[in-house]
Amino acid sequence: MKKFFATAFARGLFWQFVGTLLGAGLITGIRAAMGLSVTDKFFFTEPAWVLGGFIGVLFFLGGNGSVSDWFKWARGIDTPEHHEEHYSGWEKYFHVSLDHKVIGIQYTVVALALISIGGLFALIFRTELAASKLQFLTEDLLLFGQNGLQLYNTLMSLHGMIMIVSILLGVAGIINYVVPLLLGAQDMAFPRLNAFSFWVAVPAAVLLLMSLVLGGFDTGWTGYPPLSARAPVGVQMFFLGVFTAGWSSILGALNVIATVIRMRSKGMTAWRMPIFVWAAVATSLIALTATQLIGLSFQLVMFQRLFGMGFFDPAKGGNPVLFQHLFWFYSHPAVYVFVLPGLGVISELLPVFARKPLFGYRWIAMSSLGIALVGFVVWAHHMFTSGMNSYLRLPFMYSTLLVAIPTGVKFFSWVATLWKGKIETPTPMLFVLGGIVVFLMGGLSGPPNATVSTDLHLHDTYFIVGHFHDTIFGGFVFPFFAALYYWFPKATGRRMNEFWGKVHFWMMTPSFFVLTLGMMRIGLLGMRRRIADYDPALGFDTTHLILTIAGYLIGLSVLIFFFNFFNSIKNGEKADGNVWNSRSPEWQVPSPMPMHNYDQPFEVVGEPYDYGLPGSKYVEFSAPAKNTHK
Amino acid sequence: MQHFVIVGILIVIMSILTYFGLDAAGLAKQMHPVSASAQAVSIDWLWDWQVIAMSSLFALIFVPLVYSLVVFRRRKGETGDGEHIEGNTTLEITWTVLPLFAVLAFAYMGAYSLGETNRVDPEAIEIKVRAQQFTWTFEYPEYGFVSTELHLPVNQQVVLKMESADVIHSFWVPEFRVKQDVVPGRVTDYRITPTLVGNYKVRCAELCGMSHYKMENPVVVDTQADYDVWIAEQQANAAAAQTPEGQGQLLTVKYGCIGCHSVDGSKLVGPSWLGIYGSTREFADGTSAVADDAYITQSIREPLAHEVLGFSPSTMPPFTLTDEEIANIIAYLKTLK
Repeated sequence: MKKFFATAFARGLFWQFVGTLLGAGLITGIRAAMGLSVTDKFFFTEPAWVLGGFIGVLFFLGGNGSVSDWFKWARGIDTPEHHEEHYSGWEKYFHVSLDHKVIGIQYTVVALALISIGGLFALIFRTELAASKLQFLTEDLLLFGQNGLQLYNTLMSLHGMIMIVSILLGVAGIINYVVPLLLGAQDMAFPRLNAFSFWVAVPAAVLLLMSLVLGGFDTGWTGYPPLSARAPVGVQMFFLGVFTAGWSSILGALNVIATVIRMRSKGMTAWRMPIFVWAAVATSLIALTATQLIGLSFQLVMFQRLFGMGFFDPAKGGNPVLFQHLFWFYSHPAVYVFVLPGLGVISELLPVFARKPLFGYRWIAMSSLGIALVGFVVWAHHMFTSGMNSYLRLPFMYSTLLVAIPTGVKFFSWVATLWKGKIETPTPMLFVLGGIVVFLMGGLSGPPNATVSTDLHLHDTYFIVGHFHDTIFGGFVFPFFAALYYWFPKATGRRMNEFWGKVHFWMMTPSFFVLTLGMMRIGLLGMRRRIADYDPALGFDTTHLILTIAGYLIGLSVLIFFFNFFNSIKNGEKADGNVWNSRSPEWQVPSPMPMHNYDQPFEVVGEPYDYGLPGSKYVEFSAPAKNTHK
Repeated sequence: MQHFVIVGILIVIMSILTYFGLDAAGLAKQMHPVSASAQAVSIDWLWDWQVIAMSSLFALIFVPLVYSLVVFRRRKGETGDGEHIEGNTTLEITWTVLPLFAVLAFAYMGAYSLGETNRVDPEAIEIKVRAQQFTWTFEYPEYGFVSTELHLPVNQQVVLKMESADVIHSFWVPEFRVKQDVVPGRVTDYRITPTLVGNYKVRCAELCGMSHYKMENPVVVDTQADYDVWIAEQQANAAAAQTPEGQGQLLTVKYGCIGCHSVDGSKLVGPSWLGIYGSTREFADGTSAVADDAYITQSIREPLAHEVLGFSPSTMPPFTLTDEEIANIIAYLKTLK
């Protein structure tokens, strides 16, 4: 326990607490001196909480040591170029590390923790929805200064944003761990910036969770004003949390792009990069250039609340629809940030288990960039009913439907990759295949929403909720699990239990089909999204009960995954070689990966996915290494 | 070659099964629930084509995927890799270009269908809609009355001129198919031609705060004769309400007060008005006050002045009413005993 309190994680949280109190105290002192009110419903006033939250983030980063090297440099003190590990075992992951593999695992574990919290929130409100009428989130309940209805809205809103942040961290986790290994690099281009990008996400998650106890917010994750301009102080913590998490995303993306451009092995030309690297670049291009807009739009609402600036207040000449444009300019491309790496994992793993080259490698690589580019000009399809100029709806319908083409290229190429293969189906491959089918359902339920006239009916209903969960589960969650099962042996030298992996898959997949198809059906019949209760006359009770049961089964399957994950770290079957018989460079050296990755540099001498071509090689190590592919 | 023939046949069968399966689940042919407007016709037509496209594209990917998993699976004891096929440029170009045409065709159909829903009838009846947390009110300017029910004559286009008093709401009657947000600071139009007599509900589709789920008001599509009777009744009620109490009651409808305040003692978002006048109000800070004229005037103009025990004052916007209007409302409140 003493060791835990000495970790950078615990120290950061302690200093965040101190910083929050100091910042809030400062504003409270100034207000007292000015003769303004000094306390409010949640002890401090809103401006005090906002500055406190902000100072808390700075104190976290200062206090846990993730910026200390930069301060040393500023004072003229040298630090070793190659970071040496001071801690071993679990402690390593709770301290600031510059090793991309440690940071990748840190990201992944925080992502899994947030997935659990977001999932728990979903189960709470899913339980309330199991039958019509309010059961336990009633108006008489009072928790965290909110009645049951407000709490429903808070949990529903936080489910959205917590999951989004957890996906961003999960994406960063996989990219951080895998990309330098695939490139043959010793680390990311900027190891300190990499550590900073991770650690800044931790106080951001704390801020998001603080919103729950500071009155919550009833705006959904979209935070549209004027509703968000009138919500309780919790919404400010939500804005600040997202704003802070955005830094993680932007700086992380910058690092990935620099790493891919500068640190590829000898011979790794653009067309010989592993396909996952293409996906990581495409996703980073979006995260680097679009994240600013959600930060900006939330910041404007923060300022509207704090300083009375009427950006989105019609009474002061502001325009509420402008917010939606700014918000969706990030938040639509953001879904491609979530799914492109997942689709990259699918493309990366399919050839390994189909034992065949990736069909149309260049087309798949280009389709990722194509989706990323088209993704920038489709945002207003979220606003077909918003009251924006109605002629704008047509160009956005055309541009949105165009996304179907690069996405279609991926599907066709995946199927062609499987065709005439010798397909093996261990757990990672099951999740890859599940991901393809689920993403297919998400993709096919998309065009009716992209087409203006059918969207007039479908918009803001459970049809959208079902469609969205299909795209995110197919594009991120299934591939994320596939990646965890696949690279787990690389990180630990042991593999996860196959039996429990298959139980996880076969429990989660059918439940998930039931969940989203059921959502789409009641949405079409008139179930609005984001409602705490529904009209019993609509006759949705049975369906909702089934959806709730399906939700619990998904939760149970993820618990099984967690058990398998943590149990296998110590007790898993030993697997220090090329477990999956892959051609990829990271599998040609023993597991777990040595600290500075490859002891001998490698040269790329062939195509990455030439399975079935006798005598071909992808990489050649300058000195003989163990376990080379036959 | 044999594989391709089998897969081709299976794709056709699977497409048909998927489409009829969706139809059996009530999801093809038309959107649901029952279609009750002229605008729904072209939307439902497009939806059916979309379901056909979805069914066949699903089969096109799903069938070869499952077929490969079965036929090209690694059998026990088998070693070695699959065939070394790196790609096929002709095939890649085909499945890039063909979907492009399909997408353009569907976008064109979407534009056509949108055009149909926007068709303007110059004779359309104009009704004013006011949305606010958490109720709808409807004003019939031609006849000079306000109602919490929307009555529409069948087969006659109406245009709703919609305004919001507070946050963004969205006007949606699922049977009409069309949905339009109501945005503060502007007037948005909602054009509809009801075609089926019946009782429906307008349901707010944009999250608008705590009791968003309750923001539903009746929508009644009447025959022309029934509509005329209803209009006459409403006009008579409005004319009969020339007393201060009557005017006050109409104002509580017009400003949407009754969306949050009941008159029968039941607890909604705000305190019930039953017996409120002259009662002692308990506040969250432990103090109390008697609900007299001054207190009620302040509560309407500055809702944040007091936090009544058990209620959140921040959900109510301030209302700038004239002294006469407030006097009428107070006269009405006095009648609620």
